[in-house]
This record gives sequence, C-alpha cells and structure tokens, in this order.
Amino acid sequence: MACCGCNDKGNVVLKDVDKLDEILSKYEGQKGTLISILQDVQEHYEYLPEEALNYVSEKTGVQRAKIYGVATFYTQFRLDPVGKHVILLCQGTACHVNGSKAIEEAICEELEINEGETTKDGLFTLTNVACLGCCSLSPVMMIDGEVYGKLTPKKTREILKTIRAEEE
Amino acid sequence: MKLIVGQGSCGIAAGASKIYKILEEEIKDNGADIKLGSTGCIGMCYLEPIVDFIDDNGEKTTFVKVDEEIAKQIVKDIVSGEVKSNENIISDEDKEALAKQKRISLRNCGIINPESLDEYVESGGYKAIERCIKEMTPEEVIEEIKVSGLRGRGGAGFPTWFKLNAARQSPGTEKYLVCNADEGDPGAFMDRSVLEGDPHALIEGMIIAGYAIGASEGIIYVRAEYPLAIKRLNIAMAQAREKGYLDADLFGENKFTFSLRIKAGAGAFVCGEETALLESLEGNRGMPRPKPPFPAQRGYWGKPTNINNVETFANIPFIMAEGGCDAFASVGTDDSKGTKVFALAGKIKKGGLVEAPMGMTIREIIFGIGGGIAEDKEFKAVQMGGPSGGCIPAEFLDTPVDYKSIQETGAIMGSGGMVVMDETTCMVDMAKFFLDFTCKESCGKCTPCREGTKRMLEMLERITEGKGEPGDIEKLIDLGEFIKSTSLCGLGQTAPNPVLTTIKYFRDEYEAHINDKKCPAKQCKDLLTYTIDPEKCTGCTICARNCPAGAITGVLKEPHEINQDLCIQCGKCYEVCRFGAISVE
Repeated sequence: MACCGCNDKGNVVLKDVDKLDEILSKYEGQKGTLISILQDVQEHYEYLPEEALNYVSEKTGVQRAKIYGVATFYTQFRLDPVGKHVILLCQGTACHVNGSKAIEEAICEELEINEGETTKDGLFTLTNVACLGCCSLSPVMMIDGEVYGKLTPKKTREILKTIRAEEE
Repeated sequence: MKLIVGQGSCGIAAGASKIYKILEEEIKDNGADIKLGSTGCIGMCYLEPIVDFIDDNGEKTTFVKVDEEIAKQIVKDIVSGEVKSNENIISDEDKEALAKQKRISLRNCGIINPESLDEYVESGGYKAIERCIKEMTPEEVIEEIKVSGLRGRGGAGFPTWFKLNAARQSPGTEKYLVCNADEGDPGAFMDRSVLEGDPHALIEGMIIAGYAIGASEGIIYVRAEYPLAIKRLNIAMAQAREKGYLDADLFGENKFTFSLRIKAGAGAFVCGEETALLESLEGNRGMPRPKPPFPAQRGYWGKPTNINNVETFANIPFIMAEGGCDAFASVGTDDSKGTKVFALAGKIKKGGLVEAPMGMTIREIIFGIGGGIAEDKEFKAVQMGGPSGGCIPAEFLDTPVDYKSIQETGAIMGSGGMVVMDETTCMVDMAKFFLDFTCKESCGKCTPCREGTKRMLEMLERITEGKGEPGDIEKLIDLGEFIKSTSLCGLGQTAPNPVLTTIKYFRDEYEAHINDKKCPAKQCKDLLTYTIDPEKCTGCTICARNCPAGAITGVLKEPHEINQDLCIQCGKCYEVCRFGAISVE
C-alpha cells in the first residue's frame, strides 16, 4: 500500500495510540460497536483523523471503506479539525420561522466563513444543526455548551465580538 | 419548606442553573431552613426559569421568569415569613392553560426530581411492574394494553399491543426491546422532556414491555444531541440497578430479569425509521431494510424485536397500574385513546410542551392552551408531523386531534411537533425548508427519494428565486406522488407531504411566486424590492455606508435612493435604518 504513503510508512505520526488502544479494548469482543468506537475517537481528538481511522480498521478488521461510509453518513462525525469555539446554529422549524437564516448570514459575514467552515485564526467553526430543542427561545445558537436565545443579527454579532475580545 | 427549580434543557438555556446557584447562596447566607431541589420541564418554556415554592402546609406558589433579583427576593420573603404577591407569581391565565391539559405521559415531569428514584416511587412508580410480575402473565399484560387502546406515539400510530403480541408470538428465546429516542424532527422535543424529567417512567415502561414479549435485554437509542437526557438516564439506570429493578430477579419471583443499556445515536433523521435504527444499532450506516420481515419477526441481529418510542413506553406504567387501562381508555376518542404530547413552537405566544386529551381541537390547543398567535397576528397554518407531515390551514382549526382526523387533512399526527405560522410565513419557503431537510437526510438507498427530493428542491428554489415557470406546480405534484409510491421507508413515503399539502391549501401563493414574481409573505428575498421613503429619510447615510453592494446613493442630510439594478436584497439597509424609512414590497 504505497499509493499515498499515508499509512504503514510512518509518514504521518499518529498521536495518542495508547488512547486508541484503550478505546478499542473497551469494545473488544462486542459486535456492532463501530459507531460507539468512532464517537469515543472523536471525543478524544475532537474530529476523526484519517490515521486514527486507519488504525481502527487495522485493529478491528473492519474495512476502511466501511468506516469511511459510516463516518460520512452521520452528521455527528467530522473529518476535519474544528475551531476553538464551535457555533451550533439551530435550523429547526421554529428557528427557521423566526429568522435563523438572517442569523446565519450575520455570523457568516462577521466571521467571513461559510457554514461548516473554520475561521482562519482557528477560533470559530460554524455548524448548522437540525434542532437544539429550545424552540421557545428561537432563534437560538449554542457556543461551548451555552445557549444564546432570541437572537437578532445585531445581538449575534455582539456575542461573537465579545467572545473574540476575550480571546485577545 | 422547599424551593424547586425547573431544570430541563430549555430551563437551563433560560438561565435556571444560575438561579439555582443564587438560591443556594441566598439560603446559606440567610441561614434559612429551606430545602432546594430540581425538577424536569413542566412544559411552559415561555415562562422559564420557573421556581416553585412549597410551604410547610404543602401549598405551592409558582414563580416565573425568575431573574437574579427576584431569586434573592424570594428567599428574603420566605425568611421574613411572607411571600408577597408580585408580578413573577404565575398568572391565573397560565395556571388555566395547565389545567386544560391532561397529563399521563408527562405525569411527573416538572413535579418530581428526575434524579431521585425515591420521588418516583412516592408518586406511585414501580408499582405497575410489581403488579405485572406478581399477578399477571405476559399475555394478560398485552391484553390490558389492548384494552387501553394505546397506539404508537412515534408517528404511524400502530396499535402497541399488536406489535408486542407479534414479538411475543415469534419463535425463539432471544428477543430484544428497543426504545426509539432518536427524536429527529426539527421542532419537536416531547421525548427529551420525558427523558430529562421522568426517566424512571421510561425504564419501568420498558421493563413491563420486556416482560410482555419475553425480552431480557433492552436498548435505548438516544440522540447524542441530548447530553442531559443521557446523563439523567444513566443516573436513573444506576439507581434502578441498585434497587433491583434491573439486572436482578424481579421481586424474587424467579420469573423475569431485565437489563438495559444506552446507545447514543450519531445524528441521522432516517434512524427514526425502525429498520434504519436497527442497522445503526448494529454499527452500520442507517439505511432501512425492506419489510417484511418486520422487526417483530427479525429485528436486532435477526432476532424478534419490539421497537417503540419514548412517549409510548412512558404511558405503559400508567396503563398497567391498578385500574389504569380503563382510566386510559376513558380519555380520548373511539379510535384514539389517551393523550398526546405536542411541542408547540413557532409564532405562538406560549410555546412549550402540551399534553392534550385526544379529540381536543387544534384551535383549543393553539388558542386555548397556547394563548394564540404571537403579537396577535393572523393565524395562517400549523405544521403537524414535521418533515413527514403537512400544513393545516385555518379552515381546519376545528379538526379534532386524533389519528384519523389529522390524516384526512393530509398531515399526520407524527411524533407531536406543532409549528404555528402566521401571515409573515411564506408557505413555499416552508415547503422548501422541509424538503431541504429531507433531501439532506435521505439515506440514498432508493433513487426516487434520493434524486426525486433533490429535483423537487431545485424546483422550489427556482420558484422562490423568481425563476418559476408555468407547469412547475403540476410537475411538483407528479414527482411528489411518484416519490411517495416508490420509496422503501417512511422517510421517502412522506417527504413530499409538506409540498403537497401547501400546494393543496396555498396554491395561490405558489402562483404568486411563479406568475407575478411576488412573495405575499415578503420572505423570499429575490422577490423583494427595497425602497426608501423620501419623507422619512433624514439623509443620515448609515444605509449607504452599510450597503455591501454600493447600491445606495445620496447627499448628506438629503433623502437617499436605492439603485434597483445594483441592489442584492440583503436587507442590511432595513436592519440599520433608525427612522423606518426603508420599505419592503
């Protein structure tokens, strides 16, 4: 498998192999645990590094194509690293009716990114989610586990500016 | 004396945790003898954060929209011996909205502490499973559920006893019970409320169902987006194990042992479909399997499996308590028994969770309990059943909420999302929103669903961009009907519903978009024209400075003008103008 040199050859160093072994041993001998394994891997790395997926494939015997298939099927899994603050913008029905599109535009403009992207400074990633379940506070977004409700484009920009200012 | 803070996800989002901390500090600082507790969601999201005060006589006073100051005041008042009436005490009107409901599956939510097994037991919990194991055979349990008339609360409304019985009758000793807690409908949070507010009710319901079909293992498939629900379920399961309700011979009768575990979903709407959910449980992409065989025959790892949603299971302990099945059957209509929980959201005054007896009219739910339309605007439609359902217009407001009547309107009961829309909601945009969702969530297995929803979405996009052509409506109907009849699973079979129902009831809006290039609700950007009223414009230049397209020109202190050829309809000028001089048509 010398096609791209990304595995076996040690060109890309996989960090925290111990941690991966720990995750894999937790599920050893149980069938149908691929999703749980990937969830644990993502919790550790905050995304699914290709090298880690290759390692999982090697150790579990599950084909790489299948792992990639599962990892790209579910919205929870990310194949790229994320920014320090992940903005989960709710696009549920109630938020949509109450103007979440305008909030998305305000965020995209303020941070100069599109949905799914990370800012150049690595501070923010914007992700749309189906529903945060806080419909009565719509439109809402969640940043670092904190919910911001009843947003207006102006209020949204101010929240982002505050977080950015705290970083500087 | 006791203070109880509502700590569901929505309460916490509104600041309930902060209020809890403040109350804790105040009680300590005042050296007051007040117990502090938490509870789940009472359903009145619009009043959060909510704090209940229960005095020594058991009298309850409910404080709503509690902020830091009010929280401090509450403790001071209690210490001084007199809870003064203030505007934060719940109004009679809101109390009435609560009284109009009938609470069965939410019977404990917002009342007991979800992290306390003792409180669940005090409210009658784990009595039903004791009765089932000690006094009844599994067949008798299924019979009582049949008498109660319970139907699945996840959407399709299939009789629960029938599914249980089919799994019971399937040959084999290895059987499974699965709870579908993958509440993926955007705009619905009924199941989350039960998981967060009364997890033991779900656990007890599952043990009973497990006993009924002869399954010794249960799995709760819950959305990973519900971290608080997972946490509380884990706490409850640990408590149930400790008390011998799980992983132990129940009541020492040597009859039944049940174990339960959680599997976190990874975010795929299609996994709400039972066979896709089974695929996901087995670690695969969540793509539906053909039926038959039904899960009751061949489900999890090919074994007989019963799958029900959270609300269905939460009803079971109520039904199986002494006299419960008759009490349940006495609520509702002939074909739909019991109650249904709805998540009221959108342009509504009192958004939140509502549990209504079946047969109540939509009008009673939206106006009687939900308080009517926000800002007293005109009611336009209500979307029931989420992306699989449809829009119900004003002329059907008096439709009773039961499986059959709702289906006759073209919508479905669904899992209980009720999104209210007013005159400012564009129905074409709404249909596009749902189709965009189902298109993204289509698993890709069936071509009609994968490609068809995409083509329908493209057509709707064109229409909302002012590029619609005569004949588009007919094409949408044709393609929609085709997708419905040729898709394998419930997602594809229902995905066109939002489009088809909005065409059925709001065809004139589609026509306005296509023929007149106008959006009557003024939502579709490309069809809007922004103009400046020279009477109101003061020439402050703020619009011109903010216009990203450089479309606004004018001299300082003179009325400005928008060049329509350059305008990109971004609405920025409208957002920044302080004089209301920008109008949209």
